[in-house]
Order: sequence, then structure tokens, then C-alpha cells
Amino acid sequence: MFTAHESLRPSYDVVIIGAGGHGLAAAYYLARDHGVRNIAVIEKGYLGGGNTGRNTTIIRSNYLTPEGVKFYDESVRLWQDLSEDFDLNLFYSTRGHFTLAHTDAAMRTMRWRAEVNKHFGVKSEAVDAAFVKRALPMIDMQCGGHAPILGALFHEPGAIARHDAVAWGYGRGADRRGVEIHQRTEVTGIRVQSGRVVGVDTTRGAISTPRVLCAVAGFTPRVLDMVGLHTPIYVHPLQAMVSEPVKPWLDPVIVSGSLHVYVSQTARGELVMGASLDPYELHSTRSTLDFAEGLSAHMLDMFPFLSEVKVNRQWAGLADMTPDFAPIMGVTPVEGFFLDAGWGTWGFKATPVCGKTMSYTVATGRNHPLIEGFSIDRFARYQMTGEKGAASVGH
Amino acid sequence: MVCPLNGPRPVLEFAYGGEVRTMPDPASCSDAQWSDYVFNRSGSPAAKFEWWCHIASGFWFVALRDTLNDKVIATYPAQAARERLEPPESLP
Ligand SMILES: Cc1cc2nc3c(=O)[nH]c(=O)nc-3n(C[C@H](O)[C@H](O)[C@H](O)COP(=O)(O)OP(=O)(O)OC[C@H]3O[C@@H](n4cnc5c(N)ncnc54)[C@H](O)[C@@H]3O)c2cc1C
Repeated sequence: MFTAHESLRPSYDVVIIGAGGHGLAAAYYLARDHGVRNIAVIEKGYLGGGNTGRNTTIIRSNYLTPEGVKFYDESVRLWQDLSEDFDLNLFYSTRGHFTLAHTDAAMRTMRWRAEVNKHFGVKSEAVDAAFVKRALPMIDMQCGGHAPILGALFHEPGAIARHDAVAWGYGRGADRRGVEIHQRTEVTGIRVQSGRVVGVDTTRGAISTPRVLCAVAGFTPRVLDMVGLHTPIYVHPLQAMVSEPVKPWLDPVIVSGSLHVYVSQTARGELVMGASLDPYELHSTRSTLDFAEGLSAHMLDMFPFLSEVKVNRQWAGLADMTPDFAPIMGVTPVEGFFLDAGWGTWGFKATPVCGKTMSYTVATGRNHPLIEGFSIDRFARYQMTGEKGAASVGH
Repeated sequence: MVCPLNGPRPVLEFAYGGEVRTMPDPASCSDAQWSDYVFNRSGSPAAKFEWWCHIASGFWFVALRDTLNDKVIATYPAQAARERLEPPESLP
């Protein structure tokens, strides 16, 4: 599916670190829309093996801030014809998305999100308990008696997609346009002279380049150390698990912030489940029993009939978190060094729009208008893009 | 995790309180120093001094933990830690 290149060239117009969805999408749009083809994508592991291949694939645009809603809405729009664009089935499946509210405070946030969403033309409604029960007759509305469901935010465009295929589609599209993807090659240093990028050191030799895009998710702090940039990004593991396949019974995507659960059923019938971040900093993708136990208990609060269903697999990714739950994107104080990071637990859905906006930013040297609220200098200005109410737990 | 007060206890009994950091003097530091303190973090893996709390006894202490492999290297009562803390780089 991808050309394997014997060796690295001595120089490229752009070097992209990280062959996850974000890095590959940026390469794809740089080659397709901006005519930049002399690009190397450098990946230390294998293509799509980072968070792109580990996430629970929820796609939605029902965020809280105007910056976020506009950005994610553009992404949902881009997702629609991506399968045709790639000539590769992404199994993009629009399911509808319920964020359950178990408290009055949560109901209030749902109304707030619904109003912001509607203002920007995004389909979201605050719905009552009767609506939830009609849509999900199998749910225990009392959640075992301790967290009764009062209502929900219903977001019709909510969807899931085949995550690996997204990386393959962007990767193949970039490869066909002349982009070189170098797997099993690690970036070990970035050379900066008089405040601008001049090259990159890798485990397979040095490259000279005037532009570097860093799209390495949980490895961002380590790469930023190479150029001496400080950010608020901190890394915690995020785990997920999947059940054995069962016959289709769950159409929409269900999220409960109070119970720390999100779940959807794949086309194969497996339940893909996730919960909150692990509670402390760690740069390891180990799995814990605490996680599987806690998540199973909360799943059973909502769906007691699943008690006999087995968990097949459990895994983790490294989430690059920010204090305001918004990403850090665009130009940086190091000239020629561009950042697409801080995607934490919510960046899969943004893959297409990140590719679009970062390719524009790398090609022109200016932040794309859609990412202005996400710039690295917002912290020094004390201007957060507060997305926590819509991003924590609810991926 | 070995709690300096309660001895070895399951890690579930503890809450993480973040890295031990020194606050610049808010009256004399610059805006840039202050925002650096408020927001920026040492995100790369390393042996770091961290605040931890044994929840059941409400006891706060400091642990030196390697965030790459989750190995707790040492734990100190907060007072002893205040006297002995050195940056992790200077450790053997
Ligand atoms: C369990 C889990 C569930 C999630 N659920 C959702 C969800 O439902 N919806 C959603 O929108 N988002 C979700 N996310 C978040 C989402 O997965 C990520 O934000 C997104 O996939 C990030 O993509 P990326 O391409 O930036 O990073 P990645 O896919 O992680 O790619 C980064 C790549 O960089 C490589 N790399 C790192 N350092 C170097 C180096 N020095 N040299 C060369 N290569 C390097 C890595 O090997 C990796 O392949 C979830 C994340 C996890 C972990």
C-alpha cells in the first residue's frame, strides 16, 4: 500500500514528524492542495500505530466554544466524502450521539452547548428523559438507582469511523502524490540556527529542511525539548477496551460524563468502550485491572443485561493534555517549526480539518483563520479556549 | 506505594497532586514568569518529585517517581522533602 524507500534524501521542503492521522493528513493536503510534494513523513514506529490506531473513533462537533464548534463542524463536513476521495471505505457511520445528563448542572451545560451549537448551524438539542427512553429502550434510566438520567444533549451528526483506514487513506493518497513515508525512523534532534529550523536528525541520518511539522501526540513534550519550547502539555495514559461481538442492539453513540463512560457498537458487533484519563502522569501504554473493573461497573449501571458479555481486549494510548482542553496548533516562536498537538483524548474527529488547516499554515507560514483560538501564545495572554465542559470524558 | 506514615498501601488509596514546583514571587516576577509558572509543565518523562496524598488518612507527602515506567524511587514526609529536595537531574 505504501512505497518503502531505501534511504532518506539529504533535504526536503517539509519534514513531518509522526505518521498518525494528523501528520499524514497534513502531508496529503500539502501535496494535493498546495503543490508541496518534496515531503518526508518520519515515523518511529509504524503508520497509524499511535493514538490514531488506539482511539474509540467518536466523531462529533457539539463543542462549547465558538472556536471549537466552527472547527469541528468543518471537520465533520470534510469527513462526509472522504471515503470517495480516498477510494477506500472508512466505514463512516452516522449514528447520532447522546451525552447523558444525570444532574441539573449537567442539564444546564447541555442547554448551553445546544444553544452555542445551533447558533453555528450544528444540529444539537437538549432532550428530556422521555426522549432518551424512546431512543434507547434498553437503558436503565435509573442507572442502578444512583444516577438517574434526567435528559441528554442529542447530536444527530455524531458518527464513528474505521480509524486505521483513515491513516491508510491519507497515507496512500500522500504516497501516490510523491510524499515519502519513512516508518521505523525516529527523529532524535531538530537543528535550529538563529531561531529558525534548518534540519532534523534521525536514526537513519540527518536531513536538511526549512520546515518541520510536529504531529506526535503523546510524544510532544519530548520533541518540544529538542527545540526548547515550553508548553502546558502533560501526558496521562488513556485506556479503552472492546467486548466480544454481539448482535446489533446499540445504534447511537452514548456518553455519560457522570458515569465516565462512552460506548458505541461497531459494524462487527463489538462494543467499543472508554472512560476517563488515568489519574496521574505516565508515559507507558500498560493496561490496568482498575480501569476494566471500573468501566465495566459503570457499563452495567446503564446496561445490566451485558453482565455475561466478555471483554476481548484492552489497550492504552498516551494523551497529550492541555489545561483548557483545546489543542495547541500553528506557528511557534521557532521559525519554520509548526505544531499540531494538545489533542489529548479528542483529536481523531479533527484529523481532516487539522490536515487542511496545518497544510495551509505550513505552506503560507501564517495560521489558518480556523486555528487562531488554538495558538501556542494564548497562555501567556491568559486567554484560554475553555473546552472542558464539552471535551472531558466525552471524546 | 510506600506511604511515609502508613507503610506500603495499594496505589488505589492514593491521589496524585502534581509535580512539586517552586512559585516565583508574584510581587516581583514578570508576567511571563508568572504565566510560565501557572501554565507550563515539564511534560517529558523523568524522575520527578510529586505530591501524593494517602486518601484514607489525608496524609500528604512527596514521592520521587519515574514517569516513564511508574517506578516509585523514594517517598518523603513533606517536611523532610522540603529540606532535602534537589532537582531530579542531580540524583545518581
Ligand atoms: C484510548 C483513546 C481513545 C480516544 N478516543 C477518541 C475519540 O473517541 N474521538 C476522538 O476524536 N479522539 C479520540 N482520542 C484521541 C485521538 O486518538 C488523538 O487525538 C489522535 O488520534 C491524534 O492523532 P495524531 O496523528 O496527532 O497522533 P498519533 O496517531 O499518536 O501519531 C503520532 C505518531 O508520532 C510518532 N512519533 C512520536 N515521536 C516520534 C519521533 N521522535 N520520531 C518519529 N515519530 C514519532 C508516533 O510513533 C505516532 O505514530 C482517543 C485517544 C485514545 C488514546
